[in-house]
Amino acid sequence: MKAFKLWWAALALPLLMALAVACEAEEETPPAPRTPGAAQTPVARKEPVKVGFMYDATGATQIIGPPYKVGFEDAIKLINQKGGVEGHPIEAIFCEHGYEVPKGVECYERLKAQGVVIINTYGTPITEAVVERCVADKIVCNHPGYGIAAAANGEKFPYNFPTAASYWSQAGAAMQFILEQWQKAGNPGKPKVAYLYYDNPAGREPIDVLRAIAQREGLELREYAVPAPGVEMSAQVTDIVQRFKADWVITHLFGRSPSVSIKALRDAGFPLDRVVSFVWGSADADVIAAGGWSVAEGYYGIQFTAIGTDHPVLDEIRQMYRAEGKSPPKEMEEANVYYIRGVAQAFMWAEAIRQALRLAGEPVTGEKMKMGLENVKGDIKGLMRLEMSARDHEGGGYVQIWQVKGGKWVLAKDWFRGYRDIVESFVYQ
Amino acid sequence: MINRECGVFKTTYQADMALYTVPLARITVWAFLAFFVFVLPFVVDTQRLVWANLVGIHLIAALGLNILVGLCGQISVGHAAFMAVGGYTAAIMTSRADVPFWVGLVAGGVFASVYGLLVGLPSVRIKGFYLAFATLAAQFITEWTITHVKWIGGGFQASIIVPRPSLGPLTIDTEREKYYLILALVIVAVVVALNIARSRLGRAFVAIRDRDVAAELIGVDIARYKLLAFMISSFYAGVAGALWVYYLGNANIEAFRIVESISFLAMIIIGGLGSVLGTIYGTAFVVLLPFVLEEILQVFKGVIPVADIHSFVAYLRFAVYGGLIVFFLMVEPEGFNRLWRNVKDYFRVWPFPY
Repeated sequence: MKAFKLWWAALALPLLMALAVACEAEEETPPAPRTPGAAQTPVARKEPVKVGFMYDATGATQIIGPPYKVGFEDAIKLINQKGGVEGHPIEAIFCEHGYEVPKGVECYERLKAQGVVIINTYGTPITEAVVERCVADKIVCNHPGYGIAAAANGEKFPYNFPTAASYWSQAGAAMQFILEQWQKAGNPGKPKVAYLYYDNPAGREPIDVLRAIAQREGLELREYAVPAPGVEMSAQVTDIVQRFKADWVITHLFGRSPSVSIKALRDAGFPLDRVVSFVWGSADADVIAAGGWSVAEGYYGIQFTAIGTDHPVLDEIRQMYRAEGKSPPKEMEEANVYYIRGVAQAFMWAEAIRQALRLAGEPVTGEKMKMGLENVKGDIKGLMRLEMSARDHEGGGYVQIWQVKGGKWVLAKDWFRGYRDIVESFVYQ
Repeated sequence: MINRECGVFKTTYQADMALYTVPLARITVWAFLAFFVFVLPFVVDTQRLVWANLVGIHLIAALGLNILVGLCGQISVGHAAFMAVGGYTAAIMTSRADVPFWVGLVAGGVFASVYGLLVGLPSVRIKGFYLAFATLAAQFITEWTITHVKWIGGGFQASIIVPRPSLGPLTIDTEREKYYLILALVIVAVVVALNIARSRLGRAFVAIRDRDVAAELIGVDIARYKLLAFMISSFYAGVAGALWVYYLGNANIEAFRIVESISFLAMIIIGGLGSVLGTIYGTAFVVLLPFVLEEILQVFKGVIPVADIHSFVAYLRFAVYGGLIVFFLMVEPEGFNRLWRNVKDYFRVWPFPY
């Protein structure tokens, strides 16, 4: 008899769930405008522009998702408090997908059903899974810094916008930077370059571009793969330092492995001011995990958004928090690069909405948003530099290079790009 | 629903061999079929239709795994690898050789089953945990090969873009068209799976699962049937993988990770090992639970006092998901199918206790 009761309970639960869903569905019909911050501003009375933001708090990249999302949320709040874009508040709708493809596809449909014009399709597999839907539904899919590098080709991928230097552009910039430093130091000939990468699809992506540049410049390039989980690379580093005797090292690692690479290279006696890392190895967390700022002194990192804590925009966000009597989020004060990437993306979208309104008028649709984003040109609040066009959805591939110096990141080279012709030959092949 | 056998007389061998012998059961099945064909795609929105499609694709793969693990008792933690083989086969054939999608679908299944045969070879010699590790190796080898061999992986991020499938003049484009394609394949998959279980083949599988020595004594060729189980199971996975690729419009290795393999095992265990109906319940449970939980938690969004509500919901969803799986397994270790049978058995003799 006891078992009987238990399975009645088990049966009742799904029923209750179904009921709750049904109730919620009914409530959904009149969409309640829950625009953050809109209440305080009498200016923002026009139709809100809905935007979708996917991220993960539980999946493979859960250390990136939450600060990235908080940055985006804060910036949207700031934009709305200042009256939105031309009077239109931005309504951000979030969806967490745990880096799973089925959940990502479901998130896409959920956001679409709520009428968003642009979606941050977070994560490479999810971005690829919805490419076709973005085109069919005419919704802009923005994926700065991940997804397919070839999506920079706006003619082939009309609704995909990588909008940040791809791994190919980063490879071009890294090589350019290395050759400049080599000549600046007054060295004869060409440096020997080692490429130390995480052995996954993303890690392998820049190899062809690096090879093409090495061939043109006539320099010696050797690739060293670090297998997953990427926390053991002493054999590769010994090889680089003692057998190959590299002059410069480019690293392209993820997660815990950048910090391991800093330590391993240092222990092998390699000067860290001849190491340049791709974007996922140049966060504060990587330096701290490697044993602190003094350990990583000299280490170079590529960035496609500015980093650090002193930017006018961040001061405005601090003020906004203080006005509410709260302290600013720890993500910002810890100089989390992902936080800043979220902020930069929000302002990029705001600029795109402004352009869309200027060029095509109200209401903002996915098609107009595409046109708007294609016309975003120049500096985004000092955090990013983009030169978008209908053909180039990457935005020119501009990067900055920062260096660890005296306990913080110092700008070593402002917005630039390298070997654009080689990179473009891959994008438009 | 209330299947009472009394009064049902079978007068021919054919009637005795029917899939459903009780009239009420037959009516229920037809009613469900009619619901899925004529009602469901017209009453739900695209988002809910995506739910149905995701369940359908996962169900085909899970049915395959159920034949291998549930019927034949051979554990496999590399099911997603077989899906990957089927998916990439279909992707390569359609994107480079421009073959029609149904050829790619069948080819995906055939290639995956050949691959399954190779991976299954160790099962002739080893069983239990050792076999689990052999299939785990297959998972990693497959991932590595697809990532590193450019010809297979497609070069950029190990992904291949696949053109829209079309059937003659009809391009399968909208969510509803995809739904009908998936539904048709699911029906075939379910009917075949139901029949395998009660055929000579299925009986041999069950004999091997229950005691392989005894099975050998009664004349079951163990090596042959174990490999057959691997092949059939991988065929299902291959078709599901190909379908997944056509559904998404691209093949990407990150959709076929080890986590997927484990979630397939979860589906058949929660549903009830060895039962087709249980597999359907289990797949629907595992695939839909996160979506349904998300919807429920969104309702309580204003009530929970946390700063970052979205991330909190994500964490809570995981915790509740894990908790529910444990709860259901505690209530009925033999899965949803057993739970359902208990209900049926109760009503069968009602109003008597037994």
